Amino acid sequence: MGTYIPGTKQEQKEMLSEIGFGSMDELFGHIPDEVKVKGGLQIPDGMSELEVRKKMTKLAEKNKVFPVIFRGAGAYRHYIPSIVKSVLSKENMMTAYTPYQAEISQGILQSIFEYQTMICEITGMDTSNASVYDGGTAAAESVAMCRERKRAKALISATTDPKVLETVKTYCYGNEMELVIVPQKDGVTDQEALRELIDKTTACVYIQHPNYYGNLEDAQAIGEIAHEAGAKYIMGVNPISLGVVKTPREYGADVAVGEGQPLGLPLAFGGPYVGFMACVSAMTRKLPGRIVGQTTDHNGKTGYVLTLQAREQHIRREKASSNICSNQALCALAVGVYLASVGSEGLKNIAVQCTSKAHYMAKELEGIGYQVENQGEYFHEFVTVSETPAEKVLSALESEGILGGYPLDEHRILWCCTEMNSKEDIDRAVSIIKGV
Amino acid sequence: MLIFEKGKEGRGLSLLPECDVEVVLPEEKNRRELALHLPELSENEISRHYTELAKKCHGVNDGFYPLGSCTMKYNPKINEDMAALPGFTEIHPLQPAHTIQGCMEVMKTLEEYLCEITGMTNMTLQPAAGAHGEFTGLLLIKAYHESRGDKKRTKIIVPDSAHGTNPASAVMAGFSVVSIPSGPDGCVDLEKLREAAGDDVAGLMLTNPNTVGLFDKNILEITKIVHECGGQCYYDGANLNAVMGTVRPGDMGFDVIHLNLHKTFSTPHGGGGPGSGPVGCKEHLAQFLPSVLVEGTDELSFKKAENSIGEMKDFYGNFLVVVRALTYVMTLGKEGIPEASQNAVLNANYMMHKLKDLYTMAYDEVCMHEFVMSLSDLKKKTGVSAMDIAKGLLDNGIHPPTMYFPLIVEEALMVEPTETESKETLDEAIQVFRDLYALAGENAEQLHNAPVRTPVTRLDEVGAARHPVLKYEY
Repeated sequence: MGTYIPGTKQEQKEMLSEIGFGSMDELFGHIPDEVKVKGGLQIPDGMSELEVRKKMTKLAEKNKVFPVIFRGAGAYRHYIPSIVKSVLSKENMMTAYTPYQAEISQGILQSIFEYQTMICEITGMDTSNASVYDGGTAAAESVAMCRERKRAKALISATTDPKVLETVKTYCYGNEMELVIVPQKDGVTDQEALRELIDKTTACVYIQHPNYYGNLEDAQAIGEIAHEAGAKYIMGVNPISLGVVKTPREYGADVAVGEGQPLGLPLAFGGPYVGFMACVSAMTRKLPGRIVGQTTDHNGKTGYVLTLQAREQHIRREKASSNICSNQALCALAVGVYLASVGSEGLKNIAVQCTSKAHYMAKELEGIGYQVENQGEYFHEFVTVSETPAEKVLSALESEGILGGYPLDEHRILWCCTEMNSKEDIDRAVSIIKGV
Repeated sequence: MLIFEKGKEGRGLSLLPECDVEVVLPEEKNRRELALHLPELSENEISRHYTELAKKCHGVNDGFYPLGSCTMKYNPKINEDMAALPGFTEIHPLQPAHTIQGCMEVMKTLEEYLCEITGMTNMTLQPAAGAHGEFTGLLLIKAYHESRGDKKRTKIIVPDSAHGTNPASAVMAGFSVVSIPSGPDGCVDLEKLREAAGDDVAGLMLTNPNTVGLFDKNILEITKIVHECGGQCYYDGANLNAVMGTVRPGDMGFDVIHLNLHKTFSTPHGGGGPGSGPVGCKEHLAQFLPSVLVEGTDELSFKKAENSIGEMKDFYGNFLVVVRALTYVMTLGKEGIPEASQNAVLNANYMMHKLKDLYTMAYDEVCMHEFVMSLSDLKKKTGVSAMDIAKGLLDNGIHPPTMYFPLIVEEALMVEPTETESKETLDEAIQVFRDLYALAGENAEQLHNAPVRTPVTRLDEVGAARHPVLKYEY
């Protein structure tokens, strides 16, 4: 069996006797017998490090790692610079707790302050929090933060990623906000329907941009509809797109949220990821979660602390804006290192490569008779329609080590390209598909 | 210095080849015009920047970390190696089932082990943190009552000693909170509980051992009272590290629990996350579980629970944290898991025993994995507060205990040594605590001014909140 307990049996015995106990059983003697476990836990015996390593490696090998991926739908494979992994493995940061003791947590606090600055920079918003669990929960929290006494209805576009939509739905089931889905038309939010659904009880309008199908929405116009009705406007955005696509700020959003995974985090079977949340300054005090602020110490030296805590659960208890009491600090650190590594030109370049490659692939697929479903603008994802069953296409690609797009139904596939996909990969995939 | 103040325009890394297809840009109306400022640095500068930041942190690897209710145990390195295997990190969450059998097996295996350790029948690994688990568990309770057409249950009972997330989670789940005072022994006051228990009660949230580090001996009576009024019992797993292999929440009468893999199961806290907060439940609540459940024996597959409350987040939880926790449970196994808890309790009692002649213990009896001291006597005598002692510890390379929690103890310091500390470390820390106590009598001023050896001294938190500076202005 493996153990991480330094104390030898002899030491344990000595310590026990020093505090007046003859055995561990005696130490636990005050616990009523009727609740005690009888006969031990029914789990396997412990193992040596080597045995565990073999067992876990075997499990990992049961999964298939695809060298080439054309699937996104909420999780994206981008290039992760080596420096990101190197920084994340720093034990002092990885094994620390939430930075309550600011004097010995300046490194983490400063890294969060820098993260907040970068999130504001890419989104164009005024204030960012220290991050939340992921994109879905960021969306759900953003809807909750827009609630007002007489506005408890949220409108969310049907073009939102279904997982995000489901998460928002669950949070609304909890806090009893009314959630209404705005239908889609031609792969984007139906603005006419939105106009009909919105009223003076609407707290917010949420859209995803680029949306689940990769399409760019008429984000400016949707924002105007929201604001005319006195509702807040939330945009869920892909952070990579912000290298080249207009920011939520420019479209008039009050709150910008999204999944930070594309910024330096591996696919990792869905997590851990990181949700970012940023807003206009008027809403700063409604933001949930941790926020780091700059201040000075007793000697006038600049330092960083968790701040605006009057919003939070450990002070407000049942009156808090959210129950969240952590952030994804290590993932936020990854985002910070990633954005520092790529820089502004780099982020723009990645965004341009993503959208360029997607357009190239779409054109090539059209060339072999696949129809791109919607006619509007898209970023790095798009939907094709074809008579050929999606399942056939995907298994042909799979046998060549390629994870194809995500099947939306029997004939529609949601494709994604990133800077990871070379022209050669795309050409090879298209020729395999052609042969199906 | 902030990263934005370093570097020069034009510096950067060479990460990607040129674009090998025709360049496409968004149409003008959708093209970013807003200036984008991000750092422009060489890789060496980035590396040094973060190394400098890392020096200004205190992790479990830096020294003793007796932070009560947070279980800052050692984070084994094999866990990190396993979580870095490409067979886990490079897997897209939406891959076909036959290509993710290993991930499913990881989930299924950990679910089974955690069910056995906690006495639950089902488990979801989706919640991302303890608070997220609380919210999930409470929604299960809500769905359960609703499914029975029982709409009048709007209240959650929470003891006044509870963590702030408990009431906050209850409100997020649409409940109102009834706070009941603890008895003089720090445990649930049965009379007050009986008074609060009624047909409007949806459930009770409790930790056991409780937040003062004591095992509530009336636990079977407590869960019985709640069940008899038709409520459900929720176990906050924050303190599970005290009782693994000795007591199971399921056997104490709890219906639903959350665990903190980042506490009890040795995964690193990451400076505030990512954690993982699996939720376990008894059979009658399983139909409401969120996310997907892993089914099958040879060929595994995902299935949605029949009356699922939906999704708590994207995908299946913080999977790489789950990998670490499974590695840990497999390493310790059936003997190692109870042994961890036993030694956590031993270490806490040892420290308490060696300090109680000086420091006032809030409850002077056998504790579990942590104990609470009240420094109000010391404060009256010398003016030195719990905060001052905490800051004095910083100058000695020790992370302070949890301060001013639970709220029912004045000037509280909550000490949780964990099982992974050696006797030498405990003895050294005990000596530091004793020296600080003596210093409080001799030179209180010195402690009011502590810390002085840290990268910064005490920070102006009031000023930070009054004039918020929340980002760097270019």
